Amino acid sequence: MSSIAEHTVEHIHRDDVGSRLGMWLFLFTELVLFGGMFLVYAVYRFTYPHEFHVAAKELNTSVGALNTIILLTSSLTIVLSIIAIRKNNKFLSVFFQIFTMVLAFGFLINKYFEWNIKIHHGIFPGSEILLAKGNGEILFFGLYYVMTGLHALHVGIGMLLIEVMTGLTIKGRINSTNYVRLEAAGLYWHLVDIIWIFLFPLFYLIT
Amino acid sequence: MSGEHLEITVEHKPTYGFYILIWLVLMMLTGVTVAVAGINFGNITIATALTIAIIKSYLVLTFFMHLKTETATFKIFVGVALLFLLISIALLFSDYSFL
Repeated sequence: MSSIAEHTVEHIHRDDVGSRLGMWLFLFTELVLFGGMFLVYAVYRFTYPHEFHVAAKELNTSVGALNTIILLTSSLTIVLSIIAIRKNNKFLSVFFQIFTMVLAFGFLINKYFEWNIKIHHGIFPGSEILLAKGNGEILFFGLYYVMTGLHALHVGIGMLLIEVMTGLTIKGRINSTNYVRLEAAGLYWHLVDIIWIFLFPLFYLIT
Repeated sequence: MSGEHLEITVEHKPTYGFYILIWLVLMMLTGVTVAVAGINFGNITIATALTIAIIKSYLVLTFFMHLKTETATFKIFVGVALLFLLISIALLFSDYSFL
C-alpha cells in the first residue's frame, strides 16, 4: 500500500506533458530569434544576388558538409540515449549522451578552424580586406559571422545542458520512469540541428 | 515498414532501428543537396536547396522530436508558430520582391 501512496504523491508533482509543452514554447522564441535573422538574410540576398554568390565561394563546402553530418549524427545519438533510458539501460544512455557531447565538441573545433582560416585571410567584420569589397559581400560575411556565431553559441549551451543531464542520469535522477529533462534537452538539441539544416545550404551551397 | 510504423506509435515500445533509418534518410538528403548544388539550375537552385531543408526539418520534427506521438495540442502549437513565421516571410516579400 505504501508504495502506491508514494507513487501517487510523486505523480502529483509531475506533469511531463506540461514540461514538454513548456520546452516547445521556449523553442518558439528561438524560432523567432533565428527566423528574424533569416529574414534579414533573405532581404539582402535579394538585394545583392551576385555579391552573395561571389562571397559564398569563399566558404568551404566540405567543412560545412562535415559539420552537417556531425550535427545530424548527434541528433540521432541523443534520441538513442532517450530510448536507452526508457529501456532502463543506464550505461547505454550515458554512452550516447557522452557521444553526443563529443560530436558537439567536434562541431565547435571544426568551426574554430573554419573561422580561424577566414580571419587569417583577413575576412572578419571591420577588416580592411573586407571593407574594400562591395556592400553585398560585407553584408554576407556580417550575416555569416553573426548567424553561425549565434548558432555555435547554441551548440555550446546544448553541450553544457547535455552534460548536466549526463550527471543526473549517472546519479539516477533521470531514470526509466522520469526522463522528461533528458527529453527537453533533446528537443533543444534538435532545434539547434534544424537551424543548421537551413544555415548550411544558405551559406555554403549557393555558389 | 508497417511494422516499424506501429512500433513508434506505441509509446512504450521505442526502437533503435527506426531512428537509425531516419538518420540514414537525413544523410542521404544531405548528400543530394550537396550534389545538386554543383549543378546550376539558375533560379530553382535555391528552391531545391530549401525544399530539401524543409523535408529534413520535417523528419527531425516528426520523428526525432516525437511530434508524431504527441497529442494534437503540440501539433497545433507548432503549426501556429510556423504559420506566424510564414506570415512574416510573406509580408516581407510583399515589400521586397517587387522592387
